[in-house]
Amino acid sequence: MSHTTVETDYQAKTSTGRIANFVDSRVGLSGIIKEFGRKIFPDHWTFMFGEVALYSLVILILSGTFLTLWFNPSMAPVAYDGSYVPMKGTEMSVAYASTLHISFDVRGGLLLRQIHHWAALMFMLALTIHMLRVFFTGAFRRPRELNWVVGCVLFILGIAAGFTGYSLPDDVLSGNGLRIVDGIMKALPLVGTYLSLFFFGGEFPGEQLIGRLYSMHIMIVPALILLCVAIHLFMVVVHKHTQYPGPGRTEGNVVGFPVGPVYAAKAGGFFFIVFGIIAFLASTFTINAIWNYGPYDPSPVQAGTQPDWYVGFGDGALRLMPGAWPWHWEFNVLGGTWVFSVLGPLIPAGLIIMAMFIWPWLERWVTKDNREHHILDRPRNAPYRTGVGVAGIIAYGTLMVAASSDLIATHFHLSLNDVAYWLRASLILGPLVGFFVTQRVCLALQRKDRELVLHGIESGQVVQLPHGEFIEVHKPLDEYRRYKLVNFESPAPLAAQPNKKGKISFAEKTRAGLSKIWFQDRVVSVTPAELEAAHQAHDENHGSVAASDTKEIH
Amino acid sequence: MKALSQKRRHPLAAIVLLALALLLTGGLYAVATATNEAKAETSTTYTATQAQEGEKLFISNCATCHGTNAEGTADGPSLVGVGAAAVDFQVGTGRMPMQMQGTQAQLKPGQFNEEQTDQLAAYVSSLGAGPSVPEDEYLDVSKGDAANGAKIFLANCAMCHNAAGVGGALTRGKFAPTLMGVSEKHIYEAMETGPQNMPVFNDANITPEEKRDVITYLKSQEVNNSPGGFALGSLGPVAEGLLIWTLGLGIILIFTVWLTSRSA
Repeated sequence: MSHTTVETDYQAKTSTGRIANFVDSRVGLSGIIKEFGRKIFPDHWTFMFGEVALYSLVILILSGTFLTLWFNPSMAPVAYDGSYVPMKGTEMSVAYASTLHISFDVRGGLLLRQIHHWAALMFMLALTIHMLRVFFTGAFRRPRELNWVVGCVLFILGIAAGFTGYSLPDDVLSGNGLRIVDGIMKALPLVGTYLSLFFFGGEFPGEQLIGRLYSMHIMIVPALILLCVAIHLFMVVVHKHTQYPGPGRTEGNVVGFPVGPVYAAKAGGFFFIVFGIIAFLASTFTINAIWNYGPYDPSPVQAGTQPDWYVGFGDGALRLMPGAWPWHWEFNVLGGTWVFSVLGPLIPAGLIIMAMFIWPWLERWVTKDNREHHILDRPRNAPYRTGVGVAGIIAYGTLMVAASSDLIATHFHLSLNDVAYWLRASLILGPLVGFFVTQRVCLALQRKDRELVLHGIESGQVVQLPHGEFIEVHKPLDEYRRYKLVNFESPAPLAAQPNKKGKISFAEKTRAGLSKIWFQDRVVSVTPAELEAAHQAHDENHGSVAASDTKEIH
Repeated sequence: MKALSQKRRHPLAAIVLLALALLLTGGLYAVATATNEAKAETSTTYTATQAQEGEKLFISNCATCHGTNAEGTADGPSLVGVGAAAVDFQVGTGRMPMQMQGTQAQLKPGQFNEEQTDQLAAYVSSLGAGPSVPEDEYLDVSKGDAANGAKIFLANCAMCHNAAGVGGALTRGKFAPTLMGVSEKHIYEAMETGPQNMPVFNDANITPEEKRDVITYLKSQEVNNSPGGFALGSLGPVAEGLLIWTLGLGIILIFTVWLTSRSA
């Protein structure tokens, strides 16, 4: 390349310049910065949640590193001799004692512990909101399907990181969670008992577990997360960022600002904002008061035992499983005991996760749309997808809420059993109702958009015409706003197609059925001809009174 | 001894042995429980006048459900042998007389003053021996051991009352109430008499000194300022999740909208 010769010729004048030149002529950083710094990113507040997740991850790594300096993942028994009086002399594991030590005797330890835990909740929150944004705007469509899958893997890894970390203090609360994991493992037919013995290094709880969880929590899972984040961001660069529809925005361009210098500075600032928010939460609100729960002991299960929110859907599924109705969910088949009261709850939780992973392909199969999409959908312009998304939120949300069924019962003076019955009904009926209601709401919003484009905004000005008629003046939309409201596709249902043998397969019938449910009712965007006709109509009626519409007066 | 060894193969020998064994275990059990009873009874003695006044109060306020002789009806249990402690707890915390029949008597402002409560207790304790109101010695938290109390509390109480003693749900609308702000005497009496759905923790199970330790722990939890900041009701991860989804997300949203407000 020619610039190599240029650089060797270049002599910096200042000492800083000489150092920079020395590094750059060996590393070639300026080329990378030149390329990456000119990368264009569109700007929208909904695009910021992935960033929040990334910054939370950085905060997690920083605060977690601090915690590793004091945490000791040993399950050896020790009598507590720290400054927390109610635990004095109590026998506990070294892991629990060192967590108490961090909380009460290490300067700033409790703050860092709370920063770490709040950052974990924030990480999963931001990650979830980011996934919802990607889903509802259709950003997962070709060519980004694989990046969606990487995101789903990150969601699972986030749960794994959170759960292993939650279990490390070896208190009663987290021990109850591990007991459930033990129960689920043992419920698996044939391999269950062995799996549990391998995982716990013997009979639960054993003396190995905390050490094993520790290596997963600080090494294996974070490494996998970082790997996935790297792949994720690499693919974002390769695919370029999606953008919302707007004037000048096409499938072939990206409208926005370059990374350098404004975005880079903004992103750096945003990192500190996120850090500040988490530090505010951590210094103001207690999180995971492990000193209340006491050292782990397999015998008690305390009232109000729940997992962190992102594991809640699993706990909720377990709570909603009927115990003995209409029969006992235990069968002795094929030489093993199948405990469906524990295996059953894995079904709804697993279905939600699976649906998440395969959605891009499912949608493509039904719509037969295999084109690349870089322009996002407004959620109302894809009523079927928005409906499915809301159904998913209701299913997931019901399970998550079910994990707090006991607190709902006490705080709203309800019967615990009634709460469970209602949530069971909501788990099955909620998504169906949610889908159809959302689809109708989206169609209604689309019709409203159509009205706005054709007839303009009701201005509230009532005018009397020379011949005595009263009309309300409607202001036409400006071009920019109108562009957003008309620039969408509205696919029609695709009837079942016969295959090469001339037969309509069952799968094809299913696909056509789904296509009918999704697209039977639809609102098409306003065409230029329709817009012209609408303008003509009111011009004919009112002559010189521009921007008015008699049709709107009833 | 010879006579005994000769009779040992007698057909009735086994029955005699069994009878002896039953007598022995039964006798030991009687002695063991009697020690509890004895301990429970040694304390405040009420005067006959108090009992008489108490009977009047009982007839006019309690007899509808508990029967005119406190023998119990379909609507309320017999009070013979429940002891003064049960009356002092139920009436003293306002749970009795109940506002309405329900899954559980609810806490409400007391209907009787201390004197009247004592009179009712005097009457009920005159009906049969039962746990009495605890002596001040066992309510003095300065003599208790919070660490031992924490151990006992976490092993026996936290299942229903939550690790931080803020209460929890039971089945079918029943619940374990919060223990924060409950007086030393009432905590003691609750352990001793097992009100509502609570099991009885008698003196053989948790000794009076240990009960005092539990009370000491609970009282220390009340005065300890939460070391990590606002405790969010000490409800655990659900409250934390709710906070991050409301306040956490709310603040983040404000900043995302602000940062992108000048976008293209």
